[in-house]
This record gives sequence, structure tokens and C-alpha cells, in this order.
Amino acid sequence: MRHSNTTNGNGGAVSGIIFDLKKFALHDGPGIRTTVFFKGCPLDCWWCHNPEARKPQIESLCLKRSLSESDDVSHGETVGRRVTVDELMVEIMKDEVFYDQSGGGVTFSGGEPLMQVEFLRELLLASRSRGLHTTVDTSGYAPAEAFDRIDCLVDLFYYDLKIIDEATHQKYTGMSNRLILENFERLCQNGNRVQVRIPMIPGITDTDDNLEDTVRFIKPLSVITEIALLPYNRFGEDKWERFGMVSRLGDVAVPPEEVILARAERLRACGYTVSVGG
Amino acid sequence: MNERIKRLREQSLRAKASVSLERAMLLTEFYDSGQAERVSVPVARALAFRYLLEHKEVCINPDELIVGERGPAPKATPTYPEICTHSLNDFEVLHNREKVSFQVPDDARKLQRDAIIPFWSGRSIRDRIFAEVDAEWRAAYQAGVFTEFQEQRAPGHTVLDDKIYQKGMLQFKDDIADSIAALDMYSDSNAIDKWEELTAMNISADALIAYAKRHAGKLRDLAEEESNSARKDELRQMTTICDRVPAEAPRNFHEALQYYWFVHLGVITELNTWDSFNPGRLDQHLLPFYRRDVESGVLTEEGARELLQAFWIKFNNQPAPPKVGVTAEESNTYTDFCLINLGGVKETGEDAANDLTYLILDVIEEMRLLQPSSMGQVSKKSPDRLLSRALDIIKTGYGQPSLFNTDAIVPELVRQGKSIIDARNGGASGCVEAGAFGKEAYILTGYFNLVKVLEITLHNGIDPRTGDEIGIRTGDPKAFESFDELYAAYEQQLRHFVDIKIKGNRIVERLWAKYLPAPFLSILINDCVANGKDYNDGGARYNTSYVQGVGTGSVTDCLSAIKYHVFDEKHFDMSTLLAALEANFEGADDLRRQLLDETPKYGNDEEYVDEILRAVFESYFGCIDGRPNTRGGHHRINLLPTTCHVYFGSVVGAMPDGRVSGEPVSEGISPVQGADRHGPTAVLKSAAKIDHLRTGGTLLNQKFTPQLLADETGLTKVAHLVRSYFKMDGHHIQFNVVTAKTLREAQKNPEKHRDLIVRVAGYSDYFVDLGRNLQDEIILRTEHWHS
Ligand code: SF4
Repeated sequence: MRHSNTTNGNGGAVSGIIFDLKKFALHDGPGIRTTVFFKGCPLDCWWCHNPEARKPQIESLCLKRSLSESDDVSHGETVGRRVTVDELMVEIMKDEVFYDQSGGGVTFSGGEPLMQVEFLRELLLASRSRGLHTTVDTSGYAPAEAFDRIDCLVDLFYYDLKIIDEATHQKYTGMSNRLILENFERLCQNGNRVQVRIPMIPGITDTDDNLEDTVRFIKPLSVITEIALLPYNRFGEDKWERFGMVSRLGDVAVPPEEVILARAERLRACGYTVSVGG
Repeated sequence: MNERIKRLREQSLRAKASVSLERAMLLTEFYDSGQAERVSVPVARALAFRYLLEHKEVCINPDELIVGERGPAPKATPTYPEICTHSLNDFEVLHNREKVSFQVPDDARKLQRDAIIPFWSGRSIRDRIFAEVDAEWRAAYQAGVFTEFQEQRAPGHTVLDDKIYQKGMLQFKDDIADSIAALDMYSDSNAIDKWEELTAMNISADALIAYAKRHAGKLRDLAEEESNSARKDELRQMTTICDRVPAEAPRNFHEALQYYWFVHLGVITELNTWDSFNPGRLDQHLLPFYRRDVESGVLTEEGARELLQAFWIKFNNQPAPPKVGVTAEESNTYTDFCLINLGGVKETGEDAANDLTYLILDVIEEMRLLQPSSMGQVSKKSPDRLLSRALDIIKTGYGQPSLFNTDAIVPELVRQGKSIIDARNGGASGCVEAGAFGKEAYILTGYFNLVKVLEITLHNGIDPRTGDEIGIRTGDPKAFESFDELYAAYEQQLRHFVDIKIKGNRIVERLWAKYLPAPFLSILINDCVANGKDYNDGGARYNTSYVQGVGTGSVTDCLSAIKYHVFDEKHFDMSTLLAALEANFEGADDLRRQLLDETPKYGNDEEYVDEILRAVFESYFGCIDGRPNTRGGHHRINLLPTTCHVYFGSVVGAMPDGRVSGEPVSEGISPVQGADRHGPTAVLKSAAKIDHLRTGGTLLNQKFTPQLLADETGLTKVAHLVRSYFKMDGHHIQFNVVTAKTLREAQKNPEKHRDLIVRVAGYSDYFVDLGRNLQDEIILRTEHWHS
């Protein structure tokens, strides 16, 4: 273990910016969970389902709410709030009885939780000391040192592998994927439990080539046994619209279920446990 | 299901509910004959019971396996004029109303006018009650502070244990004879009364035997005439069964079911017991018969399934007797609250789930009938299979079975003074009420409107709807300087109305004991025979009177809003608030928005407001629990609304939780519709802050979209949700698994959604039969955000 597991005494006062906290989260790890959504993300995915999460600062967005077809009203909404570890832990611990019963725990997601790594680390320490199962849902885009600060405190990583081809990745997320892939390999080599998550965006991530590349990339990493396919849905698109942002994705059809199931079958044939929809 | 069951089920679904005056006419004939005047009241009641069973038509439907109808035909529903006499106007309402209508035959109107009304007017228990209660009671009742169950229905609320599976009516008669022989005529001052009561029981036991024999006779005739040899054999076999039970103890599965059914008909013919008389722990009672019959080869699993399905249909053929007046508004349903209990623990404390539990669950899933209702008793010892099988059925969207926590029911009953064995043999009945089956008369006495009490407090004792001073002067709220002062005023007002209710309960209990004893039901409930005392007069081993609190969530949110905005944050003062309420928020949109959106609300696991919930509970509990009734038992509380929260809402003006005048108040212990914003775990945490173990039942409704339960993961996690709630001593939870879209569709095209059953509050009902308000409310009730 590379880092001490105890807080330095005032870790509870450390604060960070989150944009949501969701209880009874059913698709963010084992059991019944509470998921904390960190604000701020270094990537800029075309299909992002949380566009309001991208900027690391608290911001005021104009939210369009349509009451009826003819009557659109807009109102300002503050996205993001600063909270301390202590405050957040009080909220998280409220559902302890459900975690105990279901083998659940807490999930840190975003945005990109590793963008606020000290805040994340304190939360993980606090969760650990209370016996909670911890999951970190990451894009993988963070300095290697950031992962070093937390990896021994995480029971399960949910790790997005979006696109393996570097140029394509650059095009659709605004960043090279080199760091992502390196961090991934290192986490695996260090023996962390990692579940691969692939957003299935038709024609972008959901292509024969990309899925073959992905399998080729993860094959040598024997700790990888689980893959989750996350089918594209219109939920994100709806959000872009409500926040008055323009999506570059254009009109993408939701992939039919049989297509996704066929993909899942192919991956299963390669020896992986595959779930659809998280 | 096989062809026969399909046919019987179809017939039952198609049969239209109607009013039958058969019972009313026979009863009136008997009482008019002068026979009743020559004997004691209990004996007269028994003779009347016998007269009914001797003369009512015997109805055997084609293809049936279990026989006997309460009325002359399926869903022909009797009236009980000795309890409440329908006016001609009531008949018109029943006949013409869109929902839950009862067809009234033309000659019935005439008979009602010429024979029934003249005879029973002034003699019915309803008339007697209203003549005896005082002005205070009447004012509070009329204002909608509380309701009174026993003005229209008999004190029922009891469930059968296993005694009839061991003894026939002849053996019960032996017990009665022993009890008579043991009477001490020299020193027991009540010996004469006991003798009368026991004699009445004896007559009633004979009456039921004779009633079964009439069925045997008719079956014999039908067998003679029958040309189909298979059916002929069946009819012969059924003749043998009806010749044997209920006189003797049942020997096999079929006899056990038929025996129960005769007993059921006896109870619901004697009086219109509110509510829920039913076999209770059916998977326990029938198990020995099932095992024995299957082993000896006289019964197959399929055969047992068919008999159970036939049994289910019999329940569905008996709609709840139609009510009159306000009660018809507050609780409008065909369902008579028979709640079959499955699972739970044995009297030794071991898990009780067995093969038959799962077979009955199959039957429930296949039959999809409104009645009987069903529930799973889940203890920490129950296998996960029981819970997941139940959820499997729940997710089909039919609202059954509901889920109860055995580990709460048992300590609830034990706290009230029941032995642990009696508690373990008990369960829940009606909506959610805990009871010691076969040993307890647990009477629901009426709903109590907590929100109305607060409204009256906010007007210093005056009901703002009428301007009448029906409460006490607890102070001008504008002069209150702290929240504590306001709360003390509320508590004082609460105690005042509870006192009125309890005083009324005493009067009502005595009237029932005096005028309408139930000797037949008394045979079935320990220790009425041993005590020589009627069920309605404290003869049972345990005698409980409940007052059911309604609007816990609403009253908590109202108090929270006042504390937060007026006293803590000083956003506005009491005068401003009261003026806005008086104007029903007209011109006070911003204030209303603050009340709705910026107030700590119950259901979110927030201490600020849940602290108030605890206080609301303690106050209600404190002024009711433990106060003696007139039957040797005590008053207790439970928190359930049936559909009364709609009626109670209709008599309350705008309130500080942002609710506008006339809207329903919160139901059961569920949060106010739409006030819970942090998902089901937060709701359950908040709800668990009520001390369930000191109640006799609480009702929590949760609505889920079917998607949540669609896959194994969702199902498992919901099972964990239930287990967690039960770990925190939650008493009961029920799930409505439907989409709002479906419901809206159903509202628009009711004819296309006749089969859509939703869980209303403690029972399931056809969505299209519900009133518009209730429909709207069910649509609104927070849909959890996972889809
Ligand atoms: S990594 Fe996730 S949060 Fe960040 S831009 Fe991409 S989709 Fe959005």
C-alpha cells in the first residue's frame, strides 16, 4: 500500500464542487448506492450526457423548461455547489442501512472525479473508514499521479474506454487518449478491479473496428473480465437542448436492441462477462 | 388455468353488482313475526340468523366446485337494515353512479319503501347511534374531524385461525354445552346473560349445519338430473362434502375449503362485519390436508390449484355491501378487504413458507381478481425466494401481493399484551391491521383527521368552513411567539377531539353489545365460548379499539412550514400566512411557491422536519394508546387511510404546506404527493422514524414504473429496499407498478383499461372505477425517476 489510509485530521473540511447527488442509484456498481457527481471534466465528448458537468466552476445556466408545446419558459439555474467532505459524508451515510443490506456503497462519478483528486481522496478515506464499498467512475483522463493518490482506496473502477484509435478519439473528445490507455494499463497491472465501460455511439464508438481494437487492447490485461455496454440514449440530447447548448452529434438514431445484443454476444465469445446498460 | 376456471372467472368478472333485498325481507319478516320479542336479544339474533339460512335461496352455479353465495346469485349483495337502512335516495345514487354502482331492481325500491324503511326506521343501529351521541360529537363528525365505522358496518375486523380445520360445528356445540354446564347459577351474577349468549351460539351452529345440508340436498338433485357422467360424479362428491362439513371436521383439502366457505358465508350473512373476515394464514391451515392428500394420491398439484382458483372466485362474487351517505364517499369500493396471509413464521418462530405458499402465489398471479386480496409476510427468516416471487407478481402491475414485516407485526402484538404464540399465529388484515387471528376482536372505530385539527387550531377553535366554534380556544395563533406555543395548542386541540371520539366510541360499543350481538361469529373467536360472552361485548381473548390517524405527512409538512418560514427564518409572519390561506393562495403565488418548494418536507430523510413527524406521532399515540374501551381492552392507534384522505381533504381549506382547499391530504404514512424528492431510500428512512412497533399498522405506498422491476438486478435491489425497510421495523409497503402514461390513457379511454388494477391504499381496485380525484392523485404520486 503506497499511501496511508488515515486522514490527517482535518480532511473532513476539504471541499470540492459537485453538481448532483443521487440516492438509490442502481446502475453505478454493486447493490444500492449513492452516487456523487463531481463537476468538471477535461474531455469534450460529442455525446456527453452531462453537458452541465463539464466546466469545473459553479455556473449559472439558463434552463429551458417547456410547460406545453407553445409555451417555453426559461429560468436560470445554478449548476454545482461547493461541499465539504464532512457534509457529503453525512448525506452518504444516511443510506447506510441500504448499503449493508444490499452490499452497496458509494460511487464517485462526474464529470471526472479525478479532476478534484484531493477532495476525492478524502472522500475515499472517509468512506473506507466507515466500511463503505467504493466505486470510482472515471474517463481515465488524469495525471498518473492522481491515480496513484487514490487507487488503493478504490474497490472498483468503472473505466470508460471510448475509442482506441488516437486520431478518432482526439476528434470526438477533444483530447488524445494516450494518457487514458496508459493509466488503464497501469491500474490493471497494479491489480485493481476494473470494469470496462463502452458508450455505444453509433458510427463513432459503436463500430466493428473500435470494438475489435478494444478487445485487442484489453486482451493482455488478465484482470479485465467485465465489460459494460452503455447504449446511446436521447437523455443527453434532451439535456443539451434544455441548457441551450448545441450538440455536434446531430441526429443519431438510438441503436436497435438486437444490434447491441449482438455486440454483447461477440464480446462474450471473447471470454468477457458483458452487461448492457450498466 | 383450465377451461372450467376460465369460464367461472369470466362469469364472475361479467356479473354486475346488484342490491338484493332477500336478506332484508327475511330479517324483517322474522322480527315482524313477534318471535323476537319473546326471547333475549342474543337468542333473537340467533333465531334470525337461522331464519335467514333456512329461507334464503340456495345458489349453485354451473360447473362450480365450491358452493354457496351470500345473495341469491353472484354479486347480488344483501343490505343490513338493522344496521343502516338505505333511503330511496341512497338506492338512486347506488343505481346511477358511474363508479362502483349497484343495480337496484324496481321491486326493491317498492319493498324498501313499504316494508323495510317503515320497520327499521328508528331501530337501526345507525339511528340509535345518532340519537345517543352528544352535540359535540355530532359537530366534530359533521365537520369531518373523524368518521365512525360502526354506524354502517358491524364491528368486524377479525380473521380466522386454524380451529375449524380441527373441529366441526358439532364439536363446537360440545364446547358450548360444556360452557353451559359450567355456569355458576348461584354466585355468578352474569350467569343468566351467559346462558342466553351460549344458547344463541348453539342455535347458530345448528343453523350453519342445516344451511350446508340444504346445499347437499340441492347438489343431490342436480346430480340426479345431470347427464354428463364426469360432472355427475363431481356433484355426488360435493354432496358428500356438504353433508359432512361443517358438521364434522374436514378430512381433506376440498372439505377444508368448502367448510371455510360456509363459515365465511355465515359470518357475512349474520352481519356486514367491517372488514376483512377471511381464512388468514391459508398456506398454513391447508398444508396438512394438501400434503396428506397428495401423498395418498387423492389430490394432484393441479387439482389443488383448481380448487384454490374456484375458491378465489367465490370471494370475488361477494362485493362489499353498499354504504350510505358520507361513508359512500370516503370508501368507495367493491372490495371487502379479505387479505390472505402467506409466509410469516410458525408458532414456534420458524419460517413458515412452504410448497403451498408458492402454489397460492401462482393462483394469485393467474387469477388477477380484485378479491381476495393477498399479502406476503416477510420475516428475516423468510427465504429470498418468497420476496422475489412476490415482487415477480407485483411487477405485473396488479398491486398484489402487498408486503408485510412479520418481525414488526409480532412485537406490535406482544407490546399490546398478546402472548408470543398468539402473535406469531397472527398477521395483518383489512388494509394493514395487525391482529391475533382467531383470538382478537380488533375494531376499527373511525378515521381521525389530523390536518383538520391543525386547521381548527390555526383558527383558535373555529372551523373556518362553517364559522362554528367546534374546538376549544387554544389561543390566537397571531399572538404565538414560538413554534412550541403553536405546537402546544395543536396538541391541546388534538386531545380535545380525541376525547370526544373516545367518549363516542364507548357509546357505540355499548349499543352494539346491547342490540346487535354476533353469536355465530362468537363461536369462531376464542374465548367467547369459554367466557359465555359475545364477540361484540368483549368475549374475545383480546379486545382492541383502533382510531386510525390520517394525514400524518400533511400535518407534518404544515407544521414544518410554519416553524421554518414564520418562526425560524421569519420569511413572513403568521398574519400574512393566515391571510394567504384564507384567500386560498389567491394573489399569493410567491408565498405558495415558497411553501411548496422551499420548505423542509417529510419524506426526504431530513431531520429538521422528521423531528416534527416524531412529535406528531408521539402526540397522537400519547392521547389514544392505552385508554380503556368498554370491552375490557384498550384503544390503540394505526396510521392508514383506505381512501378517507380524499374525503378528509375535501373538508379542509388551504393549508401551510401549500395545499389548496379541498385537495386530498397525504395518505397512510406516505409523504404528501410530490413532496418526496430524494427517491425511495429517503422516503423509507423518513417513514421509519415513526415507531411502527407502537402502532397496530401503518401503510406506505410506493409507486414504481415497471421498468425498474423488469430485470433481475432491479428486482433484487427492490427486494433489498424492502428488507432494509423491514430491518428498520417498517410495518408494510406496497408497490404500484404502472406508468403515468398508462394511467392517463386509462382515464381517457376507461373502456380499454377495465382490467387495470392499481393499489389504492391497502387494497387494490380497478383504476377506472376510481373517482377522478383519486385517479389524478395516483397519477401524481411521485414517480420514481428511474426508468
Ligand atoms: S468524459 Fe463523460 S462527462 Fe466528460 S465529456 Fe465525456 S461524456 Fe461528458
